[in-house]
Amino acid sequence: MTSSIDLRQTLFQECEELLEALDDGLTLLWNGSDADDVDQETVNAVFRAVHSIKGGAAAFGLEALVRFAHHFENALDAVRSGRLIPTPDIIGVFLRSADYLADLVASARNDAPSHSTHGPDLVTRLNEMLPSSQADLTLKPAPATLPNTVDESAEIARFQPIAFSFEFDTTPEPETVFQIHFACTRRLYAVGHDPVHIFRSLADLGTLQTQVDSSSLPTFAEMDWSEAYFAWNLALYTKESVAAIHTVFEFLEGICTYEISVLPSDQKSEVDVLEAQAARALSAPEPDVVPVVVPNDLKAAQGYSKPEKSASSSAPSQRGSVRVDLELVDRLINIVGELVINQSVLAQCMQDSGISGQSDVGTSLDEFRSLARELQENVMAIRAQPVKPLFQRMARIIREASDIAGKTVDFEAEGEAVEVDKTVIEQLVDPLTHIIRNAVDHGLEQRSARLAAGKPEIGVVRLSAAHRSGRVLIEVSDDGAGINRPKVRQIAIDKGLVPADAVLEDSEIDKLLFLPGFSTAAKVTDLSGRGVGMDVVRSAIQSLGGRVNITSTPGKGTTISISLPLTLAVLDGMVVDVAGQTMVVPITAIVETLRPSAADLHHFAAAGKVVAVRETFVPIIDLAEAFGHRAAMEDYSNMVLLLVETGQNERWALAVDKIYDQRQVVIKGLESNYGHVPGVAAATILGDGKIALIIDPDETAQRKRRAFGVVTNPISEEA
Amino acid sequence: MAVTSFERSKADDRELVSFRVGGQDFCVDIMSVREIRGWTPATVLPHSPPFILGVINLRGAVVPIVDLAARMGLEPIKPHARHVIVICIVFQQTVGFLVDAVSDILSIDRSLIQPTPTISSEITRAFFEGVIAIDQRMLRLIDIKAVLPPITPRQELS
Repeated sequence: MTSSIDLRQTLFQECEELLEALDDGLTLLWNGSDADDVDQETVNAVFRAVHSIKGGAAAFGLEALVRFAHHFENALDAVRSGRLIPTPDIIGVFLRSADYLADLVASARNDAPSHSTHGPDLVTRLNEMLPSSQADLTLKPAPATLPNTVDESAEIARFQPIAFSFEFDTTPEPETVFQIHFACTRRLYAVGHDPVHIFRSLADLGTLQTQVDSSSLPTFAEMDWSEAYFAWNLALYTKESVAAIHTVFEFLEGICTYEISVLPSDQKSEVDVLEAQAARALSAPEPDVVPVVVPNDLKAAQGYSKPEKSASSSAPSQRGSVRVDLELVDRLINIVGELVINQSVLAQCMQDSGISGQSDVGTSLDEFRSLARELQENVMAIRAQPVKPLFQRMARIIREASDIAGKTVDFEAEGEAVEVDKTVIEQLVDPLTHIIRNAVDHGLEQRSARLAAGKPEIGVVRLSAAHRSGRVLIEVSDDGAGINRPKVRQIAIDKGLVPADAVLEDSEIDKLLFLPGFSTAAKVTDLSGRGVGMDVVRSAIQSLGGRVNITSTPGKGTTISISLPLTLAVLDGMVVDVAGQTMVVPITAIVETLRPSAADLHHFAAAGKVVAVRETFVPIIDLAEAFGHRAAMEDYSNMVLLLVETGQNERWALAVDKIYDQRQVVIKGLESNYGHVPGVAAATILGDGKIALIIDPDETAQRKRRAFGVVTNPISEEA
Repeated sequence: MAVTSFERSKADDRELVSFRVGGQDFCVDIMSVREIRGWTPATVLPHSPPFILGVINLRGAVVPIVDLAARMGLEPIKPHARHVIVICIVFQQTVGFLVDAVSDILSIDRSLIQPTPTISSEITRAFFEGVIAIDQRMLRLIDIKAVLPPITPRQELS
């Protein structure tokens, strides 16, 4: 049973790749829909993707998926055969159908019913676009256009059955004998099919005799290794109908040719007679006899008559890749992490024992270090994945959102090839969805408002990814009205988030959007304003070690930028001393470090101390006290303060005894062996092999705030 | 000293690692013991219960160390290089137990394991599977699952 679960898993993985290919193809068609000629290869690729999804789904009895894919496929087939001209409208329906198909795949994967209600509507629209003659055929399970009979004598002449039968039925009942001529293309092998599986499937239907036709096999020297030279003549004794045989070949449509003819059962003996001829034919092969290929589909035949083109255009969608268990990759990353730590331990040992760095040992150790680093970088790269699937998902979100909001939106994506840690990509889905919906719902104006402002009537939402100094920058921008600052300010005042008389900079007003409980939508729409706001987005990004920023120009639009670490396995940290304990503070949280003068430090009643930083007062957290290493210090003037900014826009000063160094550390979870330590995000192993704890500034600050028993107001504090 | 020698262990036998903590004899099932190593200073974990000495680096894994004496309400051990850490793996959780010294590996017939005597503290009693009488001594068979420090979940801060 496990193998069938594995297979199911594989099916869904394949579906994902196919959906991606489908999306790519449709996007290509969409972009090229103004052009007069439709790229046939792209249409074929799109068709094949839907067809393969349908095939895979059928194998697992995923009814809903098969049914919808079937309608979708019919419409695409009409385009493929030139009966339907893909106008932008039609491609729009296709895109939505692809979205719905993805929904169905997802719901099949999770074994949960799909929440999307677009299905029946899309089916209607897909059927409506079909030329009327095709409409009646839509529900037929197998292609009915194949020639079922051919000239028998010609067929028999070619037919050379012998020898090798898969199953032998000892009590034969009345059966039909089907003769099948089957030839495959190189693509059949390239996508991993094997004729023997087809033969087995056929043998399941009855008794199968196979005979290979090697007549087109060139001499050894002329042979192209990847070409498919063999064809087969098959004789199938079965009680099944011809449709059952077509079903076997269904998944191979376009990558093989086959032809089925019926031999009346009383002619069976002739088949036996033919065996003798066949034996003769085998002993004296005639290489110049080219087998007649009867294509099952003319369009498809065109496809393989120019294999070079099909190979080149399908190449980008077939990345050479290996599916690896993520756990295995993580283990590998861990081991390599150990290796790097081990190297630094060795280096420390060498230093301690007084061996010179110039010695042979020292040189070898240096080489070891660079190799270990290189290994680490490469192993980390395994986890990295292009953001493309994420962006495609966002394109779907935009289509959905623009449908609901009744706005026409142009989606532009850039930097789809940028690679980010897989976990980061997964964790980004929700925050990005939220940001994108906001951009469509709140960011872009209604059409009339856009026209009145002299802007193009179609709004643009741009999603881009780029590498910036060791981090990944993801930006969502719209060309909408920008943040309505007076309104935002008023809402913040109404909700008691800022005092009514607060004087706020523009950027401070923009940042108000990130405060918990803030939602500017005047009414709760279908899209946004479901109670979760940008504060959730912000904390999600921060939990990934990222930062989020917002900029806006009135009348021009809003840009939300997210800066993320490349990986979650390492982190840039500041190594500090806290009452004799070595600890690490993530650099991303630190705004600045300062050594306070006594004049900058102020007591604040019994609640603790604050430090003056350029006219604002920032509360101090003594880390040694927060972690229970000692009582709070009376005087911080000998200590170093790390100014951090938390997810709630609050600034705190973390007091530490000393800063050692700044370095990249490998993150080690505490949770599996021990559990969560308040105020601590994780642990790491230092060069001396000792463990240092990585501080979670957010949680430390929140604990401090709870200890105060007050909800501090970040804005009023800063302003 | 073992009731049955190690070599003649039968299917009904349990193999145990015995050690001393605070002058008393204890043992755990050998299946849960992964390795035994000397004491190395641990990194202190803030806000941890008193019996948690901290975490050590065990070939790249972060492993918490439990002072077994303190865990059972005895005088806490003052860790020194001669003390021994028994590393156990239970339900994929790796934990080290600090003990005074490891004494022996025994093979004990299951029938010789007696129920834990009714002692005053139910909490302490829950730590043990039973007791074994050997050479006029009492071996306390520790239920390793019970003495594991409970995993503290992350508290969701509002």
